[in-house]
Formats: sequence, structure tokens, C-alpha cells
Amino acid sequence: MAEPVVLLEGVRKSYNVGTPVETEVLHGIDLRLERGEFCALMGPSGSGKSTLLNIIGLLDRPTSGRLTIDGHAASGLRDRDLTRLRGHTIGFVFQYHYLLPAFTALENVMMPMLVEIGHPDGAMRTSADELLASVGLTQWRDNLATNMSGGQQQRVAVARALAMKPAVLLADEPTGNLDTVSAQGVFDLMKRVNAQQGTTILIVTHNRALADQCGRIVEIVDGRITTDRRLR
Amino acid sequence: MDSFLPFEWIAASRFLREGRMQTIAIILGIGIGVGVIIFMSAALAGQMTNITRRVLSAQAHIVLIPPQEIARPLRGGDVAEAAHIQKPFQRVRSIDQWQTIAKDVGAIPAVTAVSPMAAGAVLAVRGEASRSVTIQGVEPAQYFAIVPLPDKIVAGSARLGAEDIVVGVDLASDLGARVGDKLRIAAASGQGPTLTISGIIDLGNKGANQRTAYCALHTAQALLGLIGGVSSIDITVRDFYTAEDIAQQIEARTGGVEADSWIKTNNQLYLAINAQRVANTTIRFFVGLAIAFGIAAVLIVSVVQKSKEIGILRAMGASRGQILRVFLLEGAVLGLVGSFIGSVLAALAIILWGKLVKNPDGTPLFPLDLDPKLFLAAAVLATLSGLIAAYLPALRGARVDPVVAIRG
Repeated sequence: MAEPVVLLEGVRKSYNVGTPVETEVLHGIDLRLERGEFCALMGPSGSGKSTLLNIIGLLDRPTSGRLTIDGHAASGLRDRDLTRLRGHTIGFVFQYHYLLPAFTALENVMMPMLVEIGHPDGAMRTSADELLASVGLTQWRDNLATNMSGGQQQRVAVARALAMKPAVLLADEPTGNLDTVSAQGVFDLMKRVNAQQGTTILIVTHNRALADQCGRIVEIVDGRITTDRRLR
Repeated sequence: MDSFLPFEWIAASRFLREGRMQTIAIILGIGIGVGVIIFMSAALAGQMTNITRRVLSAQAHIVLIPPQEIARPLRGGDVAEAAHIQKPFQRVRSIDQWQTIAKDVGAIPAVTAVSPMAAGAVLAVRGEASRSVTIQGVEPAQYFAIVPLPDKIVAGSARLGAEDIVVGVDLASDLGARVGDKLRIAAASGQGPTLTISGIIDLGNKGANQRTAYCALHTAQALLGLIGGVSSIDITVRDFYTAEDIAQQIEARTGGVEADSWIKTNNQLYLAINAQRVANTTIRFFVGLAIAFGIAAVLIVSVVQKSKEIGILRAMGASRGQILRVFLLEGAVLGLVGSFIGSVLAALAIILWGKLVKNPDGTPLFPLDLDPKLFLAAAVLATLSGLIAAYLPALRGARVDPVVAIRG
């Protein structure tokens, strides 16, 4: 059996640990995402979806349990190593905070590479140009993020998330703020990335119609996985 | 994005440009503060130079005089013969071996001029009028390098031949004398030559103008009974603030002469200058502190405003160190650019000062220098202050939890 890209074993997350108001929001999550999977994570508000996504994205640490990302054991890593692993293996697309407003579309796509390498170079620019072309936004490359529509910004965000060729693309309600047409456009873009590049995608969504287009739906309620269905 | 710039520079400059109004306001604030500091520093330096130049252009930086005469009790074995010792009066005496001492002192690199002097109290008599004056016998060529008498002439010339005398303007007025008139100079013995007034000088001080007269060294030596001797040696040094140190060196080297620096003999003036310097430095320090707090306040607001962007950058792999450096650079850039503006403002103020603030005679009240070193120091200090002031906000930025920031 091939090595999973994401592997969670008994992952728990509590807030206010050691205080009278300690709250456990994830109760022993086991989850395995195979390479190339396109998985939707669903559940009501407050069920722990975003917390789970943040833990998988190495932005947050589990209180207990084991986490392996792209073959690297992430539990117990120092902050600096965690940041490096995150930069190399994870791409993020967020719902509200699409792009860095002080930078152009092209520069936003270059940003993960710039953070990694330290200063811009030609290869970085070419790669960012290709990514922008792949999301159909070549003519918007020099526009500041604030001068673009929500759908365009989210497509740039997808291009940016792919800049480091991550093993996993995590999207937290990426279409939650878009109209139906734009939402479908962004979703189609992610499907294409998944199909063409084999990037594993985990998308948090409330949109049942979009979730039904994914290969797998994981539902979480009150910090526990209640349903795990493979659609195709 | 310029290829040669690192990520931190690019992010810092974009963040500053993005909050344009905020950036302009704080840079103007820093500029005004730095301008005040530079102008105050220039004013302090100008004022001190002016005061000391005015005072010291009429006197030597160091004066060597013979040691004070003291009375020693006669001793028979271990027992003192006299229980009460009366202090002796101080006669006009010559410095022992003064020529050797003058040569030795002249060889010290920090010393720029050395001039022997025979000075003492005499009476200047003209007809019925007489005034007690201090006659100062000097070698013109050497003495003028210390006190430029020709610059202080208001009538006649600074010629000091064997029968010439140069007198203070108030002394001339008191005696009703003009250039070309004769004055009889009487020593304590009542004897003395008759000299011709060759010039009248203004030393800038009424007391000095009433009591001072100059003649040739050998004339004074004869008058005061100091044949071949001098009562003091005047010295000028390169940096007048070092006068006291050099005076002590000379005392240690010559042993037996007393070296009085202007700092010792004008102690009140020196203390006043020092007090002004301390007050000025305190004001400059607090203006600097206000600048630093201004930078810190702006950057704290910037960190709060940019916390989402910081969260996104952290999510895409930016390290805490990179975020820290972005905000430190913002502080340094604010300080540096502010200091440029401040330098321009200070330069304008200094130029305007020279044009607008004048003495009644139309000369500048005191000159202020556009010293490049002062501007450079201000730029370095403002940049460093920016860096230091930015440290806490930058640390706060580096500690932004991406989860909290992105959740918003």
C-alpha cells in the first residue's frame, strides 16, 4: 500500500489546557489521505473542521496523537522545522484573506518562492507567470490584488498555493464568499490541478453540490468523524 | 520586484508604501524631531565657539607664572622656632630659566604659540590725570599670534617700538588722550619713561579697556625692574578644551612653574558653558526619545493592521525571523528617511538663522556651521533609534499566531 500524504492517528486538540475551562474540540481523529485524492471536509459550524485543517496544515499543533505529512513526522518538530515543512509541502487557500494587498497578482504568486529563496529571480518569475497562465489570469499579472474581483483573487490564491508544488492543497471554504459562477470556476480549477498534477486536495466546504463533485467526503460533527464516503 | 533585493526589503518597503499617509506623517514627525536635534546641536556648538572665541581672543589659553612665594619656618632640629607663619606678599618676579621653558613648551605638538610677557602694575599719568594700569610688555610678533591686537585697534596702529604704548579705549578716554599723545608711565618707585600712544584698542570688556596698556617687552622689563626676565609666558593651544590637561602636563614637565589654563581662571564661564551643554543634551535626548516612541507607536499599529498578512506569510512558510526583520527594517527605513528630511529642515533653519538673526551692526549673532559630521551622526542615530524602537513591535509581529490571524 502506497504511503499516505496525510496521516492522522488519534489526533486530539484541546484549548485552555490545564484550566477549569479546558475544551476538547477534536476527539481522537484518524484520517488518511492518499496521494492524488480530492476530499471534501464537511460539517456544521463549530464542529472542528477549521481546527483539523489548521493541524493538517501545520499551523496548529495537536494536543496529542500523531501527524505525518508527506512522509515526515510532524509531531514534536521545532517551530522553525515546522515552518520549513509547511512551506515545502502545504499550499493554502483561505476564504476571506485572499491575497497580500500591497503586491500584484504575479508577486503574490511569487511570494512563497520568495520567502523560501530569499530574493526574486528569473526562474521564479517564469514559474509564477506559468501558474497565472494556468489559472487564466495572465492579463491581470500586474494588477494589485485590490483591483481584482473576488473570483479572480481566489484563482490567484490557488496559483499561489501551487507555487511550491505542494503535496497537499488545503482550502478553507475557498468558494464561501463567491457567487455561484465564480465558485464553480474556482472549484473547476482545483479539480483540474488535482487531475493534471496529482496534487492532494482537502477542501472545507458547506456547499453540498461542490462536495458531491469530489472523490471523497469526510463529515465531522462535534470533533469526531461521523461519515467517510468515497464517491468514485 | 528588484532581483537584488531580499524578501525582507521588498515586504518592508511595500508595507510602508501601502500605509502611505501613516508613513508620511511619521516621517515628517521624525524629520521635525531630527531637524530640532541637529539645529540645537549646531546652535550649541556655534554659541560655545562664539562665547569662547570672544573671551579667548583677548587672553592666552594657558599662562605660566612663577611659583608663589611661601614663607618657611626656621627649624632647629625637629622643633619649629616660630608658631605663627605670616604669608609673604607676592613680588613681581621673573620665571627662572624662562627661555628654556618657553622653548620646551613650544615643542609640545598641541601648543600653537608661545609668548613671554613682563607685566605689572604702574601709573599712567597725563597732566593732572593718572590711572592705575597693568602694563604688559610683549614681543609683538609672538604675542599677536595669541591675542591679535591689530584686529582690536580702533585708532592708530598696533606698533610697539621702544617708546610706543597701546592703551585700552576707556583708559584713553579717562586720560583724555588720543593717538600721538604722550603718557608718562610711573612704576612703584615713581620713575618711568614717557611713551607715545601708537594705538587705541577695544578688548570687548570695559574693565580691561580701562586698565590695560601694552608696550615692548624690553620697555616693560626696564620699567618693572625685570631686566632680562619675564613675569609670565602666554601659551595658545590647538583645542582650547584641552587647555587644562596641557597645563597640567606643562606643570609636571617643567616643575616649579605654575600653569593656569583659561578653564581654571574663567571657571564660572566654563561652568556656565557646561550647564548649557547639559541642558541642551537633555532636551536633545528627550526629543530623540519622543521620535523613538513615535516610530514604535506607528509600527505597533502597523503590526496590528498587518496581522492577517503576517498570518498569510507565516502560512506560506515565512519564518519568525523573516517577519522580525521586515518590521525592524521598517523602523530603520523610517528613521533614515526621517533623518534626511530632518537634515534638510535643519540646513534650511541654519541658513535662515545666518540671514535673519543678526547683531545691531548687521553681523550674524553667532555663526552656525553646516557640519557634515553632525548630519551623518543624526542619520546614524535616527536609523539606530528606528531599529531599537521597532524591536518590540517586530517581536510582536514575529509572534503573531497564524491561526488566530487568519481566523481574524
